[in-house]
Amino acid sequence: MNIRKDSGSLKWILIGICAVFLTVMLILPLVYVLITAFEKGIHVFGTAVSDEYAVKAIFLTLKVTVITLIFNTIFGIFAAWCITRFQFRGKKVISTLIDLPLTVSPIIAGLIYVLTFGRQSALYPFLKSVGINIIFAVPGIVLATIFVTFPFVSREIIPVLTAQGTDEEEAAALMGAGGFTIFREITFPHIKWALLYGIVLCSARAMGEFGAVSVLSGHLRGKTNTMPLYIELLYQGYDFTGAFAVSAILVLMAVVILILRSKLEKKGKKEVD
Amino acid sequence: MVQQNKNYIELKNINKSFEKFQASKDINFGIEKGRLVALLGPSGSGKTTILRMIAGLENADSGEIVIDGKVVNDIPASQRRVGFVFQNYALFRYKTVYDNIAFGLKVNHWNKADIKKRVSELINLVNLNGLEKRYPNQLSGGQRQRVAFARALAPNPELLLLDEPFAAIDAKVRQELRSWLREMINKVGITSIFVTHDQDEAIEVADEIIITNKGRVEQIGSPREIYNTPRTAFVAEFMGHPTKINNISSFWGFTGLDASYHAVIRPENVSISKKTDKIRYEVTAEEGVVERVLFRGKELEIWVRIHGILLQGTRRAEEEPIREGEQVKVFIYRAYVYKEDGEVQIVVNQTIRAEESVII
Repeated sequence: MNIRKDSGSLKWILIGICAVFLTVMLILPLVYVLITAFEKGIHVFGTAVSDEYAVKAIFLTLKVTVITLIFNTIFGIFAAWCITRFQFRGKKVISTLIDLPLTVSPIIAGLIYVLTFGRQSALYPFLKSVGINIIFAVPGIVLATIFVTFPFVSREIIPVLTAQGTDEEEAAALMGAGGFTIFREITFPHIKWALLYGIVLCSARAMGEFGAVSVLSGHLRGKTNTMPLYIELLYQGYDFTGAFAVSAILVLMAVVILILRSKLEKKGKKEVD
Repeated sequence: MVQQNKNYIELKNINKSFEKFQASKDINFGIEKGRLVALLGPSGSGKTTILRMIAGLENADSGEIVIDGKVVNDIPASQRRVGFVFQNYALFRYKTVYDNIAFGLKVNHWNKADIKKRVSELINLVNLNGLEKRYPNQLSGGQRQRVAFARALAPNPELLLLDEPFAAIDAKVRQELRSWLREMINKVGITSIFVTHDQDEAIEVADEIIITNKGRVEQIGSPREIYNTPRTAFVAEFMGHPTKINNISSFWGFTGLDASYHAVIRPENVSISKKTDKIRYEVTAEEGVVERVLFRGKELEIWVRIHGILLQGTRRAEEEPIREGEQVKVFIYRAYVYKEDGEVQIVVNQTIRAEESVII
C-alpha cells in the first residue's frame, strides 16, 4: 500500500512508458494494417479477400490449425500426465525436449523435416513407394506447425497438475476407481481451464506460423500456401492492398482468439474462487 | 496361538525401504477388532509408511500384512475394504459434498437408490445436513474433516485409516474434533488406526498407542501404560515434556544410583517452592535459581537451574509468585532412569520411599 501512495509520479511515468511503447509497437502498426487494407475502399478489400487463392489460403490455414490442435491437445495431455505422475529415468530430458521448439528457430525446424523426409533422406524411397508426399505438401505444413506449437498445451497443464498433487487421485483409486474414471472425474476438472488456455495459445501460434511452414510448403498457390505465406507472396508482388486485406483477416482471427482467451481466464478464475 | 487369532490386523516382520532410506524395520504388531489405535512418533519415524502399507498405497518389501485372517500383500488397495482419510482430506474439490461421499459407491456400481440412502445416512451421522450441495472450499476445516470421514465410511469398510486427522485444523476446533471423532468411531464400531505426532492427541483419543521411532516399533500399550511406564529410553524421552539429565546420581534423593545412568524428569514430577515455604520432604529438596518464568495462561512455567541443569516445573497462578533470579527449593518426586540402550526404571525419591517404609 505504501509503495503506491508514496510514488504517484513513478506510477504515472511507468504507465506513460508502457502506453507509448504499446502505441508505437502495437497499436500504430495494427491501425496501419487496417487503414491500408481499406484504403481503396471496401470493394477492393472484398475482391482481395474473396480471391480464389485467398479463400483457399484461409481454408488451408484453418485446416492445418484444427489438425494441429487435435494432435497437440492429445500429445500435451499425455506428456504432462507422464511428466507429473510418474518417476522415471530421462524425465528431465523429455521435459527439456518439450521446450525445444520454443528455443529453436522455426526455419531450422523446417529444414530438419526437409532433411528427414526429403529426397536425400533414407526414408524417401519408402515414403514414395507408399505414395506419401510430405515435403511441399499439406502433411509437411501440418508437421511443421505441430512441431512449432507442441509445447503450448503441456506447458500450461504441467504446473496445474504439479500443484494439484496426487492425493485426490490416490483417494479415488483407493475407492476402486479405474484409470479412465479418475482422469475424467478427478483430473480433468482441474486441468480444464489450463487446457483450454493452452489450446487457445496453440491455435494462435499455429495460424500465424511462417518460418517452418515456409521451408516445407513449396509455396504452391492454392495448394500449399497458408495465410502468412500468401500474404508474403502478395507483398513481394507489390500488391499492398491485397496483402494488408488478408493480413486484416488474420489479425481479426487473432483478436477473436484473444477475446476468447480473456473470457476463459475470467471464467477459470471464477471457478477456482 | 489363541492370542494371535484374536488380532484383526496383523503385521509380521514388515520391512520397507525407499531407495537407501529404510522406513520400516521389522515391524510386528497386532490389533484387535473394534479398537481405536494411534501410531505415534516424531516425523520421519515411519508411522505414515505403516499406514500406507496397510491401505495398500505402498507395498512392503518383505513380511506379511494380515487383515481378518487373510494375507493382503497382493490384494490391490481398492479391494482391501479399507477407508482412508488423508492428511489434508484430499476431498474432490470439483465435486459437491454429496458427490464426494457418493463417489466410492458410484465406482463400485451401487444402484442410485442405494447410493442416495447411504449418503443421506452418512450426512446425518456426521451432522452435515443442508450442506450437501456445497463444494469443499465452501466448508470450514472441521466440516471438511467430517466429509472426509463420511466419504471413507461410505462403502462400509472393515477398517478405517486416518493420516494425521487433526493436523489441518486450528487448535480450538481440534479439541472438539478429537472427542467428536472418538465418539463417531465408537458409534460406528469400526476398527481404526490413526497416525499422529501429537502425544496429547494419541493419549486422549486412542484405546491403544503404538510408538514408532526410526522405522521401529518402540512400545505398544494403553495410553496409561505408555505414559506412566515407558519401557525404552526413546519413549521416556518422547512422552511428557521431560528434561534430560546426565548426572542423576548427584541429585538429592537419587544419590544411590550408578553415575553412568541417564534420566528424564517430567515437569509434573517437580515441585518448586519459595525458600520460606514449608515443604513436606525438606531433607532431599534441592536448591536452585530461577532463570525464566513463562506465563502459560492457566499456569506458570518455571525453569530452575540445579547442578548446571535447567529443570522445568510449574506453579499455579494462585500460588505466591516466583521471580526470575530467586532462590527456590525444588523437590523431584520421581525420575525415569535408564542406561544407554537400557530398560527404563522408575525411581522414586529416597525420602518418599523411606517415609512409605516407615508407614508400613
